[in-house]
Amino acid sequence: MKREDGRKADEMRSTTMTVGVIPNANGSAMVKMGNTVAVAAVYGPREMHPKHKQISDRANLNTIYAMVPFSCTDRIRPGYSRRSQEICKVTRQALESAVFLEDFPKAAIDVYINIISANAGTRAAGINAASLALADAGIPMRDLVASIAAGKIGDEYVLDLAGKEEEETFCDLPLAYMPKSKKITLLQMDGDLSPQDVKKVMELAIKGCEQLYKMQKEALKKRWIK
Amino acid sequence: MNVETMMNVQADYIVSQAKAGKRVDGRKLDEFRKIEIEKNLIPNAEGSCRVRMGKTDIIAGIKMSVGTPFSDKPNEGILISNAELAPMAAARFEPGRPSEDAVETARVIDRGIRESKAMDTEKLCIEKGEKVWIVNVDVQVMNHDGNLIDAGALGAAIALANAKIPAYDPETETIDIKNRKEKLPVKLKPIAVTIHKIGGKLVLDPTLEEEDVADVRLTVTTSDSGNVCALQKSGQGSFTAEEIEEAIAMSVARGKELRKLVE
Repeated sequence: MKREDGRKADEMRSTTMTVGVIPNANGSAMVKMGNTVAVAAVYGPREMHPKHKQISDRANLNTIYAMVPFSCTDRIRPGYSRRSQEICKVTRQALESAVFLEDFPKAAIDVYINIISANAGTRAAGINAASLALADAGIPMRDLVASIAAGKIGDEYVLDLAGKEEEETFCDLPLAYMPKSKKITLLQMDGDLSPQDVKKVMELAIKGCEQLYKMQKEALKKRWIK
Repeated sequence: MNVETMMNVQADYIVSQAKAGKRVDGRKLDEFRKIEIEKNLIPNAEGSCRVRMGKTDIIAGIKMSVGTPFSDKPNEGILISNAELAPMAAARFEPGRPSEDAVETARVIDRGIRESKAMDTEKLCIEKGEKVWIVNVDVQVMNHDGNLIDAGALGAAIALANAKIPAYDPETETIDIKNRKEKLPVKLKPIAVTIHKIGGKLVLDPTLEEEDVADVRLTVTTSDSGNVCALQKSGQGSFTAEEIEEAIAMSVARGKELRKLVE
């Protein structure tokens, strides 16, 4: 099968990861997956405001996902949309189980994710960047979280949908994964797929996450090992 | 020593250095940091530019859409400018509605473009009184280390100069951004230069810690002719008339240099 951009079915877009891109932040990273570019910055652990939202036995992990106004075909109005609110929530829950939040009672760890250029798969790119930024900030973690979407076009299972593929596919399944403990921390899907197909698509996404995980480790080494 | 004491010591040091005509990073009072420009980096934007001045990092992007003109200017396109002081860019920025500073930054950048008449808005009319192009200039702050207005205005000028109008089909009322041909009618290069007063001395391109100890600042936007097209005084302190004259001369001189970066 020939894909729109000439990739093989199980091939992800050309991906680059850079750690340490926002000097003011405690940790930061930029992840480019094709034309999708996500930047994540971590501030904290710091004092949680407002105080009534402090949790007595662990830190609050706040994930704020936003697309910048010029990232899409049509201009995005700044501020929260229903879509971005949902992505904030699933992103937070994709990362929470990887972070030792119990080490920082009452504190806040703020993760800001900005999509500066969008072409499908923005939540996955955002999670990849956020996970790197948390590690870059020196926040204790059980594992890195890698994320990618997969789907099915025609009879083929395809990895990392991009461009028009998102419309053509029978399904779009973003997944986030902690490779060391083999735990899935984000799973969404829309489309129409048999249970067997769901299994196949998930397997493909997990393979993709394992590849991304290697790149994440390399990117961290590049930043921190001189 | 607690954090506050440390900050006061640093603030006093910056002011005393400025009084002696020096800066903590070794620059001259009127010296800019190194500027790095990256053009057209956002494929979905009609024009874009990343500007780095030292550790200050912004991206300006242009998005265009079609809408109805204002009734008093039925044959002119519309310019809308916006600045996002994203919480990503500094610990002091908070999420939520735009702060006073964000609104001021956007409006000062907007005024420079608008009042210099850099853009030929009449050429952006599609159908008089019915349809015109709306040009959105968005400045996204990635990392804040001072002098956001100058960096933002420079990025906006370069993004505008490089923007191309997408194809528009009046029948279906659709925009095709894959098909951009004509250049945006931008003929002038408005440049904002902000002069800060620290310890009684006029300083250009301050870092964030310098900005924090400045008494007052003046943004002077000049156009290609060297004329002033926008002014904005900001901060609690004040200027003398002589200082303002000097500040304008600094902006004109520095503007000439920066304008060479706009292509």
